[in-house]
Amino acid sequence: MRPTTEATIEAGRVRRNWLLAAPALALLLVGASGPLLIVLVYSFLEPGEYSGVIWNFTPQAWFEIFLKRDIFDGTLGVADAHLTIFWRSARLSLLTTLITILLGFPTAWFIATRPQSQRALWLFLITIPFWTNLLIRTFAIMEVIRNQGVLNTLLLRAGLITEPIQILYTDTAVLIGMTYVYLPLMVLPLYAAIDRFDFRLAEAGYDLYASRLQVLRRVVLPLVRPGLIAGSILVFVPSLGAYVTPRVLGGGKNMMIGNFIELQFGQGRNWPLGAALSMLLLLIVMAALLLYVRVSSREKPHG
Amino acid sequence: MAERRPFSVTRLPGFTAIAIITFALLYAPIATLVAFSFNGSESIAIWGGFSWRWYAIAWQNTAVQEATVRSLVIAASAAAIAGTVATLAALGTTRTRPFRGQTLIYVLVNQPLMVPEIVTAVALLIFFSGIKLATGYAGLGYLILAHSAFCVPFAYLPIRARLEGMDLSLETAACDLYADRFQTFRHVTLPLMAPGIVAGVMLAFIISLDDVVITEFVKSAGQDTLPTYMLGQLRRAVTPEVNAISTALLALTVLLLTVFFLLTRKRD
Repeated sequence: MRPTTEATIEAGRVRRNWLLAAPALALLLVGASGPLLIVLVYSFLEPGEYSGVIWNFTPQAWFEIFLKRDIFDGTLGVADAHLTIFWRSARLSLLTTLITILLGFPTAWFIATRPQSQRALWLFLITIPFWTNLLIRTFAIMEVIRNQGVLNTLLLRAGLITEPIQILYTDTAVLIGMTYVYLPLMVLPLYAAIDRFDFRLAEAGYDLYASRLQVLRRVVLPLVRPGLIAGSILVFVPSLGAYVTPRVLGGGKNMMIGNFIELQFGQGRNWPLGAALSMLLLLIVMAALLLYVRVSSREKPHG
Repeated sequence: MAERRPFSVTRLPGFTAIAIITFALLYAPIATLVAFSFNGSESIAIWGGFSWRWYAIAWQNTAVQEATVRSLVIAASAAAIAGTVATLAALGTTRTRPFRGQTLIYVLVNQPLMVPEIVTAVALLIFFSGIKLATGYAGLGYLILAHSAFCVPFAYLPIRARLEGMDLSLETAACDLYADRFQTFRHVTLPLMAPGIVAGVMLAFIISLDDVVITEFVKSAGQDTLPTYMLGQLRRAVTPEVNAISTALLALTVLLLTVFFLLTRKRD
């Protein structure tokens, strides 16, 4: 019999682990990760006349993200229309993150300070909307804010307004929709952080004559910061790439990056520009996630 | 002096009020949508009494029937495929000494959670349109493949969580009693991890059933699923028929989630 050493057993174990993971990796390479490389290649090609691409390598699409050539005198200028869309995406995503913090933090605090036996129920109430179809939730918001919707009807009946307020198809509608849709993503990590918070620390703060605001700012917030950052990333990232909510609530005019990308593959007929925009979005999201990993790993020793 | 509440360290002024308002805001729109699905009136603004009318109309609509069957076929296939590969991957990445590439596997498996859906959708549109041209095949396979892939992390995470909570002592005991590796897996490991697998498969099913963006980009003509059909029906307002379909989907999601929570609940 051959002597089996510790090393060969360990090598066999590693091979077994890789074999077990192989089908999942193959599926993801074909159905998710691999095609991203094709998008990268397409972003360096020329657009075809009706759709698709011409196989000529050029960085043109990447310049087109920010610059446009004047159709009359051929001079290069800043692509204002594109910048408007980027600015709207960034602004609405940041505002969504901010509002979800303002609503989500007290909510998470409320759940975490319920008696142990009630918490699961309150959490369940947060997770039901979270798992409900995003499209259905967006439709629900539409029912509330459209001109003949619940909100306008109530305000009209109460005599507070004389004609419906146009909310649907504005940036505000998109903001309301995204806040509604992504709020649970803020509450869940915040709850996890507050749940771990040791309330004896707050008690110590009060014993030392700190006010409620001082305890919140100097004791609670520094300790729940990882949850706050996690929630912010979880809300900001899908907001920036949102497609359904701006399409349904923003109408055709109030596009965000996601809708602008789709346009390039439809009427815009500029696949390379769409590909370059996709890669840009991916880069921003990856940067945000890397930042999150760095911040959270630095803060671990405190937890 | 007026009666004062005892001092509580967990209380912050206004927080309870904001929390209650938040819960109300979360549920009011959904409640509106559900209520209007039972509206007997033709007009979407006026309440015309309780009625199952829109459910009957949706039920008899052949486009809705076909989209429903298609959604269920895709979700069931994707959940089965994602559940299988995620179970294997979880077995390979838990209860083992750290090995080289473990992080890489972890990143790849969770990749669909990180990449914006619109980016994956565009990537699959380009990739699959090339394959469609080359092979001429335009069936449901593309949608099933795409859905299986983005469902993997949702199946993987609950299964992994279940496995991490299981120590190796029962399996070691089985080996001591001369069970071979297959018998140990079949009669000890698999039954113990079953609740995790069921939970993972159910989450994958819900996620697949709900998908709009990737489906919208990958589907060929005439391959609408329920969500893309509903999106296509949208004009100036949501039709009562779509409200009825939404409510039915909502009920299914709540049912599956309740089962999921009962399955993953810690018994202690």
